[in-house]
Amino acid sequence: MLTRLTIHELGARFRSGEATPSQAAREYLDRITSFDPKVKAYLTRTSEAALGQAAESDARFAVKKPLGLLDGIPLALKDVFCTRGVETTCGSKILKGFIPPYDATVVAKLRAAGGVLLGKLNMDEFAMGSSTENSAFFTTRNPWDLSRVPGGSSGGSAAAVAADLAAATLGTDTGGSIRQPAAFCGTAGLKPTYGRVSRFGLIAFASSLDQVGPFGKDVADAALMLQAIAGHDPMDSTSAPVPVPDYAAALSLGVKGLKVGIPDEYFIEGLDPEVEAAVRAAIATLEDLGAQTQRVSLPHTEYGLAAYYVIAPAEASSNLARYDGVKYGLRVPGARDLIDMYSRTRGAGFGAEVKRRVMLGTYALSAGYYDAYYGKAQKVRTLVLRDFQRAFELVDVIVAPTTPGVAFTMGERADPLQMYLNDVFTIPVNLAGLPGMSVLGGFTRTGLPIGLQLIGKAFDEATLLRTAKAYEGATRWQERKPELAA
Amino acid sequence: MSDAYEVVIGLEVHAQLRTRTKMFCGCSTAFGAPPNTQTCPVCQGMPGTLPVINRRAVEFGIKTALAINCTVNADNRFARKHYYYPDMPKNYQISQYEEPLAEHGYLDIEVAGASRRIGIQRLHLEEDVGKLVHEGSLETAQSSQVDYNRAGVPLMEIVSMPDMRSPEEAAAYLKALRAIVVYLDVCDGNMEEGSLRCDANISLRRPGAKEYGTKVEIKNMNSFRNVQHALEYEIKRQARALDTGERIVQETRLWDPDRGHTVSMRSKEFAHDYRYFPEPDLPPLDLAPAWIESVRATLAELPAAKRARFMKDYALGAYDAEVLTQSRELAGYFEAAAKGSPHPKTVANWVLNEILRVVPPDDEKAIAACPIKPADLAGLITLIEDGTISGRIAKDVFEKMLVAGESARAIVAREGLTQVADAGELGSVVDQVLAEHAKVVEDYKAGKKAALGFLVGQVMKSTSGKASPAVVNSLLMEKLPKV
Repeated sequence: MLTRLTIHELGARFRSGEATPSQAAREYLDRITSFDPKVKAYLTRTSEAALGQAAESDARFAVKKPLGLLDGIPLALKDVFCTRGVETTCGSKILKGFIPPYDATVVAKLRAAGGVLLGKLNMDEFAMGSSTENSAFFTTRNPWDLSRVPGGSSGGSAAAVAADLAAATLGTDTGGSIRQPAAFCGTAGLKPTYGRVSRFGLIAFASSLDQVGPFGKDVADAALMLQAIAGHDPMDSTSAPVPVPDYAAALSLGVKGLKVGIPDEYFIEGLDPEVEAAVRAAIATLEDLGAQTQRVSLPHTEYGLAAYYVIAPAEASSNLARYDGVKYGLRVPGARDLIDMYSRTRGAGFGAEVKRRVMLGTYALSAGYYDAYYGKAQKVRTLVLRDFQRAFELVDVIVAPTTPGVAFTMGERADPLQMYLNDVFTIPVNLAGLPGMSVLGGFTRTGLPIGLQLIGKAFDEATLLRTAKAYEGATRWQERKPELAA
Repeated sequence: MSDAYEVVIGLEVHAQLRTRTKMFCGCSTAFGAPPNTQTCPVCQGMPGTLPVINRRAVEFGIKTALAINCTVNADNRFARKHYYYPDMPKNYQISQYEEPLAEHGYLDIEVAGASRRIGIQRLHLEEDVGKLVHEGSLETAQSSQVDYNRAGVPLMEIVSMPDMRSPEEAAAYLKALRAIVVYLDVCDGNMEEGSLRCDANISLRRPGAKEYGTKVEIKNMNSFRNVQHALEYEIKRQARALDTGERIVQETRLWDPDRGHTVSMRSKEFAHDYRYFPEPDLPPLDLAPAWIESVRATLAELPAAKRARFMKDYALGAYDAEVLTQSRELAGYFEAAAKGSPHPKTVANWVLNEILRVVPPDDEKAIAACPIKPADLAGLITLIEDGTISGRIAKDVFEKMLVAGESARAIVAREGLTQVADAGELGSVVDQVLAEHAKVVEDYKAGKKAALGFLVGQVMKSTSGKASPAVVNSLLMEKLPKV
């Protein structure tokens, strides 16, 4: 079964001639046909195009001239990325039928690397949510327990990797939208430093927080994917002209002598005891591997959530203003006049959570409220960043739980505030623009994955990967696979 | 106009920058292309697109800022300004708000011989919006279409202080500002095509009052004349209202040039809340001081300096210097012709009276395309000044030069137009004229001095205008007493 293999294993088979990209693509497409009706990760499948790309890749391997380590690898994309000629909905009715005329930079990079693109993955509408329950189309299921959510907003991307419906995927993380679903589905998920990966072609939720990152079956795959998408893009002025190191080389460095910080504020009331136990055990494992651990303090952590729920909706209210029925996507007919067309289109096109955040953000930016809300939230953001900067004067990497609890059941978090609290450990990392990663850190007694979060210095994804790889090598969690009986 | 009020005017000028590409994408800015042919996902506001700042537009902004004595803010940034309208693809405009490109400048203007300094509050950069095209009229249209060719074209907004006290001052300020942007070659200054747009804020108050009156914003004035007329109308309207104890409503009014009045557009009492916030897709613009200085070094001579220099170097009067410096092309034309000429004043007269008869003073294309090149004009003047041709013949030669594009010397040589100054040759013509017009000679002798002019004219006629008027005059004075 080629679908069980990691990218590096699959690539080795292509190079040795034991398997071809076309075989891999067909196996994945068959598996999607069999199991996606249960998992519901895909919004759009691009089977035919994928087989075409795989055939081209076959030809390159036949003459022993593959494009690189991703050549022929079956991948899939969160439906937040613009794909030329392929419908891109962002999980929203308002973009139903929207076919972008261009590829996002990260999509173009994966194509250039020879990746075989299987399709587009489900998500919470406009990346607003933590469960995919806010998708306008359907809810993706957690492959470990189909009655539970996969997390979100990149739930489709996490579930696809966990269920072997793609070798690796891309998602986006604005407040935890890669790390939280990675934790819930037991995959590796990496949110790079803000500016590390181009946002061009990524449909914006909150521009100052959004970042693209990979989901992989293991840490090495996440490193491979990051290598392919990282780097400055002249089309994105917020992407940083910082050199991209060789992540594969970092993987083998080990953690001996590495200083690891344990933040007091991440072990609080409300943290699931099983999650805490798993994270404490992981810390012990790192110590066994030679890391030096110490407590650190991130005192403004508790204000992060409030600041985030001002900044992100404010930016979203602006970014989503363009969906008005004039140019693309949905336009509700029968309007009396222009304002009526706007109202009907946006009223019908946006879901409840999107409307809630657009209203929140509009309010926060209004004359007379700007300083009290948006201005104040930006100050909190600076304080959160300073917390991390101080901690990183003492340590090289911070280890914490990714989420307070494990995957919840569908419909369990109907109260939006309960849902927001889910992101309390991931949001500060976005506010500070730092890299963060979730790796599989164990299982609950009932067999649900637990995420271990690693937080690094700006542009130091290499240390995250190195730490994660060392931990992964010392445990055997990865050998477990979800049962998806046909 | 009632003198019972002091007029307070401030202007907001939008200038389209003459960059090759748009403010935040690589699309062409050329005017007049078929609808939506100069667009891309970025300027159409497609999902996922991001802006990238046009360096040249920033340079043009800095250039203008320095020319109007502004302080360029080394740290400035873009902001989003929100309102919904179909001509704006993102439903927000990328502009600048709290941290503009430049601030605190001034412009000196002259009105009725007196110099006035008008403060400039700020200069900032932003993107233009598209254009709505209605099928038929706005009232009867079945549909409206949007042309996004203009969306994203770089705009520079220059906001004055409320320092102008009359429509004349407002017009003078606008003219001076236009001359500067045209001189700097950052804007073509075409008000009819909308490359240069002007909105005015105007209020009235009792002389000596400390507080400003309620201001009204006036839009849609697409010429200097319209600016002046609209403001004159608005002063009358507001004065009449105040005289009768009416309250002025803070609002936007539209100038209707055909009816010659302003009409209310929307009340600002329910002002738009633009919900400005810093543009998160663009990092703050961090301008290197060295760059600002290098832009300063490229600043061309500005109209005021040029005017002063023309008055000094070429001994021109203030009015002549003013007209000649209206555009860089005209000034360049004059200077090219006058440089090296021993008679710059004559050159100025010919440019003002003859060249400006055939080309508009601010039409750079027409000036550049003028069939009479500066060197040719200088050549013509040399022929006059050295006596080769008379002033009258020179006018004919000038007309021929316009058509043929030849040098004056070539035309004069070919057509044998050289002035006759030989006393012997002219003497016989004079004798003949005197003989043929005995009656006139008598009149002259009887004291009718005007008769002399007639006789000169007759000599000129006989010589097809080639006779030197000076020689003819002296010959007549010499021969008349002897008749």
